[in-house]
Amino acid sequence: MGALVYVEHHGSAPVKASLGVLAKAVKLFPDVAAIVCGSGVRELAGTLGAYGAATVYVADDEALSAPLPQPRVDVLERVLADHGVDTVLFGSSVLATDVAAGLAARTGGGLNWDLVDLRLENGRLVGTRPALQDSVYVDVGWKTAPRLALVRSGSFEPAQTGGSAPVVDVPVEVSEFSRAATLAGHESAESSGPAIEGAEVIVAGGRGLGSPDGFRLCEELAGALGGAVASTRAVVDSGWYPYSTQVGQTGKTVAPKLYVACGISGAIQHKVGMQGSGTIVAINKDRNAPIFDYCDLGIVGDLHAIVPRLTELVRQRKTG
Amino acid sequence: MKVAVCVKEVPDPAAPRKIDASTLRLDRSGEGALNPWDLPAVEAALRLVEEHGGEVVCVSVAPERAAATQRKALAMGADRAVLVADEAIAGSDLVATSRVLAEALRREGADLVLFGQQGADSDGAVLWAAVADRLRLPLMSQAAGLEVSGGTARVKRQTEHGYEVIEAPLPCVVAVSDAINEPRYPSLKGIMGAKKKPQETLSLADLGLDAGGVGEAGSGTAVYALGPPPPRGDSLVVEDDGQAAERILEFLVERKLA
Ligand SMILES: Cc1cc2nc3c(=O)[nH]c(=O)nc-3n(C[C@H](O)[C@H](O)[C@H](O)COP(=O)(O)OP(=O)(O)OC[C@H]3O[C@@H](n4cnc5c(N)ncnc54)[C@H](O)[C@@H]3O)c2cc1C
Ligand SMILES: Nc1ncnc2c1ncn2[C@@H]1O[C@H](COP(=O)(O)O)[C@@H](O)[C@H]1O
Repeated sequence: MGALVYVEHHGSAPVKASLGVLAKAVKLFPDVAAIVCGSGVRELAGTLGAYGAATVYVADDEALSAPLPQPRVDVLERVLADHGVDTVLFGSSVLATDVAAGLAARTGGGLNWDLVDLRLENGRLVGTRPALQDSVYVDVGWKTAPRLALVRSGSFEPAQTGGSAPVVDVPVEVSEFSRAATLAGHESAESSGPAIEGAEVIVAGGRGLGSPDGFRLCEELAGALGGAVASTRAVVDSGWYPYSTQVGQTGKTVAPKLYVACGISGAIQHKVGMQGSGTIVAINKDRNAPIFDYCDLGIVGDLHAIVPRLTELVRQRKTG
Repeated sequence: MKVAVCVKEVPDPAAPRKIDASTLRLDRSGEGALNPWDLPAVEAALRLVEEHGGEVVCVSVAPERAAATQRKALAMGADRAVLVADEAIAGSDLVATSRVLAEALRREGADLVLFGQQGADSDGAVLWAAVADRLRLPLMSQAAGLEVSGGTARVKRQTEHGYEVIEAPLPCVVAVSDAINEPRYPSLKGIMGAKKKPQETLSLADLGLDAGGVGEAGSGTAVYALGPPPPRGDSLVVEDDGQAAERILEFLVERKLA
C-alpha cells in the first residue's frame, strides 16, 4: 500500500502547493509516488524525482489537456486499483478540489479538506483542519481506504531532495460523461493601477464598497499612503475591479507591511492570500466579520464615513 | 427546462456557532437558516426558468424541520421542494451525503442541477463533484457566469490562473460562485404563496437506500478531537465612535506606517 501525491501543473511547471504536499508526504511515508495528468507532461514528470517522488506516474493524453476534473477521476481510479495506492494527497485548488471529491464518491474513500497539517500518531494518519472560521482546530482521520486529503495552500513548503525517479506511463481511459464538459476558452484579464505584488502598502476593497465607484475611496487612500489597491473575488467576479488585483486562494498572495481591508468579510479564501502582511487594519460594519479575528486593528463602522476622513488625515500629515 | 437546486440548512449565521464537544459535531440545535451561499444558486435557477420556461425544485438532505427553511426558497419563487429527512442520516460526511443527495436528484431527472458556492458551516465546496460523479453527469464548478442555450450550458469561472469558459451539454451539474448575481428578496406575495407550494419529505427507504450507507456508518472520515487554534497576535477591535479615522492614523504613526 502506498501514498500518492497528485501534482497539478500550470503551463510546463508543477504548482507550488503540490510540491509542498509532496515534501510533506515524503516525510510521512516511504516510497511516495507522484502523478501528473495532462497533455505533453512527460518532461515535467521527469523533474519530480528531485522533489522527493520515488516513482512518477504520468497520464499523458489529449483528453487531459484541459484543466477539467472528471477525466482525472477516471485516471486516478485506475491507478489506485492497479498500483495499490491507499492514500492520495492533493494541494488544494479549484481543479484539485473537484478531482478529490469526485474520487471520494467513486471509491468510497473518506475525504478531509482544508488541512493545514498531517502527521502519523502511532501509525494512524491524522490531519488538522481549522473549522468555524479557523476558531477551532479539529483533528480528523479516515475510516476507509483510500484516504483522501486536500491541503490548504501555503501549508507546506516544497523541498528539493536531489533525487530522481522513474517515470511510468499509466493508461488513460476516459468515460463518456467525463469528456462531456469541454474548455471553450480563456478570458484574459486586463490590469490597471500599480501592481500589488511587492507593494509595501495595500488598500483592499470588498463588496462592502457597495458599487464599482466605491473603489475610488480605496484608490484615494492608497494614493495618500503611497500604496496599491487590491480586491476580493466577490468584486472581481462582479466585474467591479480587475482580476490582476485579486488577493486570495485564486488570486495573488501578498505580504505588504500594511494591509488595509475595507468592506471585506475576510473569508478563508481571502485570508490565505494576505495573512503574511506585517500589519492588518480592517474596517467593517459587521462585528462578526471573520477579518476581525486576525487583524491588528479592527474598526466596526461604516467605511464610507471612515475611509475618506482617513485619507484626508494622511494627506494633512504628509503636507505637514 | 427543469432545474434542481441543492440547498442546505445551516445554523443561523448571525448566532455564534460551536462544535458540540460530546458528539464532535456542529451544534445544530439552534435556529436553522437557508445557507446564504445558496441564494445565488436559487436566483440563477429562477432566472433560467423565467427565460426558458419550466420549473425549479429545491432539494435538501436535512432534518425534518428544514422544510421551514426550504420555504424561503419557495418564497423567492421556486416551484416545489423535496427534503430527504431520516434519523440515520445524521453525522453523514461527504461520501454519505452525496449518496443520499444523488439518489434524490436521480429521482428528479432535472436538466440542470445547481449548487451554491459552499456551506456556511462546512466551508467545504466539495459536494457537487461527488454528486456529479455518482450521477455520471458533466460538472462545471465556480461559475461566476452561466448561460444555457440550445441544450448547452456555458460557464465562466475563476481558477488560480484567471478565467476559463467551459461548456457542457444538458443534463449537467453546475456550482455557482456567490458573485454570479444579486439574489432577489422574497415578495410578500411570494412569502404567502410559499405555504401552498408542494413540499415532499422522503425517507431513505423511499429512495431505496440502506441505513448502512449513510450517517457515521457510511462515512469515510472521522473526527478525533477539538483543539484551540494556534495563538495569534492580539486583535484590537473597536466600535467607531466618530473618531475612527483619527484612531487608525494614530495607530499607523505609532507603527511608523504613515
Ligand atoms: C474556490 C474558491 C476560491 C476563492 N478564491 C478567493 C480569492 O482568491 N480571493 C477572495 O477574496 N475570495 C475568494 N473566494 C471567495 C470568498 O469565499 C468570499 O466569497 C470573498 O472573499 C468575499 O468577498 P468580500 O469580502 O468582498 O465580500 P463579502 O463576504 O460580501 O463581505 C463584504 C463585507 O463588507 C461589509 N460591509 C458592507 N457594507 C459596509 C460598509 N458600509 N462599511 C463597512 N463594511 C461594510 C460587510 O459587513 C461584509 O463583511 C473564493 C471562494 C472559493 C469557493
Ligand atoms: N445537506 C445538503 N442538502 C442539499 N444540498 C446541500 C447539502 N449540503 C450541501 N449542499 C449543497 O452543496 C453546496 C456546498 O456545500 P458544502 O460542500 O457543504 O460546503 C451548498 O452550497 C449546497 O448547494
